[in-house]
Amino acid sequence: MGCMDRRRLFLLAICGTAAGLFSGLFGVGGGTVIVPLLILWLGYGEREATGTSLAAIIVIAAVATLTHGAYGNVHVGDGLLIGLPAVGGVLLGTALQQRVSPRVVSIGFAGLLVLSAIDLLVP
Amino acid sequence: MVVATILVGVLAGVLAGMLGIGGGALFVPVLIAVVGLSQVDAEATSLLAIVPVALVGAWRQHRYGNLRLRDGLIVGVLAIPGAIGGVALVNALPERAVEVAFALLQLFVAYQLVRKASPGRVSKASPGRDAVQ
Repeated sequence: MGCMDRRRLFLLAICGTAAGLFSGLFGVGGGTVIVPLLILWLGYGEREATGTSLAAIIVIAAVATLTHGAYGNVHVGDGLLIGLPAVGGVLLGTALQQRVSPRVVSIGFAGLLVLSAIDLLVP
Repeated sequence: MVVATILVGVLAGVLAGMLGIGGGALFVPVLIAVVGLSQVDAEATSLLAIVPVALVGAWRQHRYGNLRLRDGLIVGVLAIPGAIGGVALVNALPERAVEVAFALLQLFVAYQLVRKASPGRVSKASPGRDAVQ
């Protein structure tokens, strides 16, 4: 394994651990941590960062759902009621993303982070 | 109630596809305010809703050539021990301090993203611009 490979792997490991930490701390999926770190640390393009983030989120959300399921916290019907329309939305969102400049994705993400920060700061 | 839930679902999905997030930031408040779930049940149910969204989104991005599956799986698997640590931390640290620290970190990262995306910097995001080096 080359030096660059090891460096990349190390950064990916930090990225995953940080995403998990914040996910556990705040109950978020981890995308708000993963996408900027892939862009700023690993040199990802915006579209690749968002696509790869979704793959990581599958794993994180599936494990967390099973854990919560064991405690009986998951309402399957309500989850489908909001999740199935969102599947339609994600088809639209990913298609739309291919048609806009990657800069729009970065700026949109920065906007999301500011809103999220305000939400955390205002009690 | 059903209509509002479906509409927010679609909107959350669009944001998930555009920005590579799960959509939980919108799912949780709606499941609490509109459906009437408790905070914990809303978070748990939101995580269930995120699974198909992330699956379909990742599949589409794979078709568009924007998915590095190996990297994504490394990040996802390593996030699991991280999440267990996070749950332990949230019970040990003062919650308000953690919230403020994370908010400040997010503002800093937002600034970095905007700076990187700003015109004037040479990047592949602006192919029309000749390299000015």
